[in-house]
Amino acid sequence: MKQKSDVHQGTLGLMVLKTLDVLGPLHGYGIARRIEQISGDLLAVNQGTLYPLLLKLEHEGAIASDWGASENNRRARFYRLTRAGHKLLGAETREWAQTAAIIARFFEVKAEDLS
Amino acid sequence: MRFLRRFLARANNFATGRQSDRRLREEMDEHLALQTEENLRAGMSPSEARRHALLKFGAVAPVREDYHAEQGLPFVETLLQDLRYALRLLVKSPGFAAITILTMALGIGATTAIFSVVDATLLHPLSYPRPDQLVRIEDDLPGVGAEDVGLSVPEWKDFQRSGIFQYVSVEGSGSVNLTGSSQPTRIAFKPVAPSYFAVLGVKPELGRTFDPNDQTHGFNLEVVITDGLWKRAFGGDPHILGKSLRLDNDVYRVVGVMPPSFRDQGRTTEERNTELWAAAGFAAAPTPSPVRNNRFVPGAIARLGSGFTVAAAQSRLDALVASLQKQFPADYPVQSAWRVRLVPLKESVVGNVRQSLLLLLGAVGLVLLIGYVNVANLLLARASARGREMALRQALGAGRKRLVRQLLTESLLLSLLGGLAGLVILYSTKSLLLKLIPESLPRLNDISVSWNVLLFALGVSVVAGTVFGLAPALQAGRLNLTHTLKAEGRGSTGTGEQARTRRLLVVVEFALSLVLMIAAGLLLRSFYDLFKVQLGFNPQNVMAVRTWLPVPNDPTTDIYGTAAQEAPFIRELVRRSAALPGVMEVAVGSLAAVPLNHTRNQGRLILEDRDGRGSDFPLVNESSVTPEYFHLVGIPLLRGRLFTDQDNENMPHVAVVNQAFVRTWFPNQNPLGKRFKLNRTAAAWDTVVGVIADARTESLEDPAIPLIYRCTYQRTDKELAIFVRGHLDPSRIPDQARELVQSINPELPVFGAMTLPGVVSGSLSQRRFSMEMVLLFALTALLLAGLGIYGTISYLVSERTHEIGIRLALGASRRKIMRMILRQGLDLAIAGAALGLIGAFIVARLMSGLLYGVAPYDPLTFVGVTLVLTAVALAACYIPARRATKVDPMIALRED
Repeated sequence: MKQKSDVHQGTLGLMVLKTLDVLGPLHGYGIARRIEQISGDLLAVNQGTLYPLLLKLEHEGAIASDWGASENNRRARFYRLTRAGHKLLGAETREWAQTAAIIARFFEVKAEDLS
Repeated sequence: MRFLRRFLARANNFATGRQSDRRLREEMDEHLALQTEENLRAGMSPSEARRHALLKFGAVAPVREDYHAEQGLPFVETLLQDLRYALRLLVKSPGFAAITILTMALGIGATTAIFSVVDATLLHPLSYPRPDQLVRIEDDLPGVGAEDVGLSVPEWKDFQRSGIFQYVSVEGSGSVNLTGSSQPTRIAFKPVAPSYFAVLGVKPELGRTFDPNDQTHGFNLEVVITDGLWKRAFGGDPHILGKSLRLDNDVYRVVGVMPPSFRDQGRTTEERNTELWAAAGFAAAPTPSPVRNNRFVPGAIARLGSGFTVAAAQSRLDALVASLQKQFPADYPVQSAWRVRLVPLKESVVGNVRQSLLLLLGAVGLVLLIGYVNVANLLLARASARGREMALRQALGAGRKRLVRQLLTESLLLSLLGGLAGLVILYSTKSLLLKLIPESLPRLNDISVSWNVLLFALGVSVVAGTVFGLAPALQAGRLNLTHTLKAEGRGSTGTGEQARTRRLLVVVEFALSLVLMIAAGLLLRSFYDLFKVQLGFNPQNVMAVRTWLPVPNDPTTDIYGTAAQEAPFIRELVRRSAALPGVMEVAVGSLAAVPLNHTRNQGRLILEDRDGRGSDFPLVNESSVTPEYFHLVGIPLLRGRLFTDQDNENMPHVAVVNQAFVRTWFPNQNPLGKRFKLNRTAAAWDTVVGVIADARTESLEDPAIPLIYRCTYQRTDKELAIFVRGHLDPSRIPDQARELVQSINPELPVFGAMTLPGVVSGSLSQRRFSMEMVLLFALTALLLAGLGIYGTISYLVSERTHEIGIRLALGASRRKIMRMILRQGLDLAIAGAALGLIGAFIVARLMSGLLYGVAPYDPLTFVGVTLVLTAVALAACYIPARRATKVDPMIALRED
């Protein structure tokens, strides 16, 4: 069995933003499910930790939330990306891409390239 | 930006108290319901589905905690919680709270009070723009042992042209009679160069100051006055500009009024009280001819050119001086070694009080420290009493950091409350405290509780609260849980470490008090020696009143221009003064004849038959008196004769000198009949006719300064003092004297009435101030140290009650127990004394400049103070020691 890997909060936040960007407004459970599915069950995230994070993102103005009705017609809180959230997502995506590119280049380097 | 937004949202939640968990609960419920449904769909049994959903969600408590923390401001919340708890604890133990807060209030209050003085005088001594550029220019003649001899007008011009300074202004000092208002008044006046205000860089409140480029040779007949004079003498007349006023019979025009905050930067109190400035070029009457070797200008101030440091300017100036010496060899003889010194203006204003003030600040700092050591001790005791509480909290999962934080919050709260109380005390006693400060302190009027001072008080409170709260707090965090909790029933858990810390604190406290006590002892001895010093004259029942004869700019209009013109006035003054009620003896003299009034009149001594090379002659103090003076102040004649009424304006000039003068200038010779001149330009020689005993009329510290007295009838002194001895009513003398003087000449002012005993004690005022303050601090320190040692020994005794009970049960005598406890106190005292003596040696060395008649390492003081302190320590231990002997072994043993 493969070891599940931990995620740190910044990464999780980015996942939340991306999920909302792709799927539109979702409630907490929906977001959790989606992250689980996409990461291929490789991430060990206690779903509960999502809620403080959502509150933080909301405080930062990246997402907004409203009460609405869920699939089973219960009251649920739906989160959506705000304009600031869009911008943030864009910026963070670029940053990630850059970091990934740099790391990738390091992995490609062989000993003879450095001499 | 995001951070700020998040912070604001949280602060908003915090402020509005919107912290419900309802939203989270609902969201969680919904989440779990959805997950359970999903699990059911996957084929789990209902209970299984629910269980898995819960597992997947993770632990609810940390989620809720995180959520909560995100919702509000956990730091502030914890702080408030700790504060509330600390306040509750304080209210629960009011005695402890009162003692700690009071100790801190006294410490912080006293330190802040002294700091406010230091802040005004040492840190902000000059209220002018760019004060670092301001310097005083002083001429020295080290070759003939003379300093600050004044400068000549050509030198001033040379400095002005040198490019080193933006502006250079010469300044004199004096006083003038302001006539024309209701009463002729004498006001402190300062003749200055037109560039004076440009040097200081200050603007007037009304009108203008002098034009720095004014080239008038004599006085340009413009004056600038203070706000105070404007309001007092002119009723704040808004049309004052352009009005004329008469000063010593010359008419001047007012061109400007300075703002109320402006104060002259003089070296003496008198100069600092200048109320009127007049500009002159110092190149025409009434000043002497402006030649290079006539240094009649008392001093100069200047503003350095931009970019010049004092050191850089000094080296440029040294080069200038060297080239001038080459250019004018006749005016600057090599042996006098003329040099010019730049003194930062700040230095010249506060130089002489710095040491006293720093001593006071140091002393009060020590008191503060001792106070805090006591508080730390109390906190430690309390911490040990709360050991169980702390252990319990830790056992229940409180982190060490969290505990330390809580205890620090408590000690900071105490410290801040103490600081606040200190400021309140300080503020409410402000006017009383200001009265304690001697008037001679520079910038006395600028002392206030400023922002700087408040900041200082806050800083002291915070630093002290943290530092002294830290020891008990850290110890509480290091408790051994099992031990502490097992010590069931016993409130106190004095670990070895705690006892050690407490002993160490007491030793430190003791050492600090010893240092302070020794400093105070040395100052006290100095003061007492000065107080008991043989004055050599008798100030009892003597009063002096001052008057001033006008000096008009045009000498031909001066009605007191020659001795022949002035002598009849003096004779009339003496004759009429004898009729004042209660007066038994009368004399008149120059102002310099008033003992210990810090006004000197100096002349360059030229002895007949002696080769005084070049232009530089030694400076000697001189005054003039009428024949009755010596008997009136009680200075005995030793050789020759005193003045008589026959030594009048028509007779050859005579002089009386003191023993110190004879020792210095005529060692092993008969001084009688010797002749001298003061100043080369003097027309006639003075003949020594008598020698009087030395008296401390110039300085209490210095028993013998060479002095020359000449006869007032043969002089033209303008600044006069009328001396009277008898059964006088000091409150009525000023008016009686004014009436009398003005009955001779209604234009003359009468002012500055003083009693000689008052002058004598006044000359001790600064010393008395620092002595009293340090003594007060030392006694406080002694009291605190006594309390500290008492507290610690009591604590140790209560710790050892059980042990003492066993000892008693095993047959130890009560005497032995008593000795054991006293011994413990004595050990602490000895350790403290050893540490303190080292400190005291250092401090005594540093303060040697403030001592008089006592060596810095005065063995009597050192030994005496150590003994006193040890005695206090033993006395403080005696009470708990006695309690120890009263222990009932039965009860002590049963207690366990």
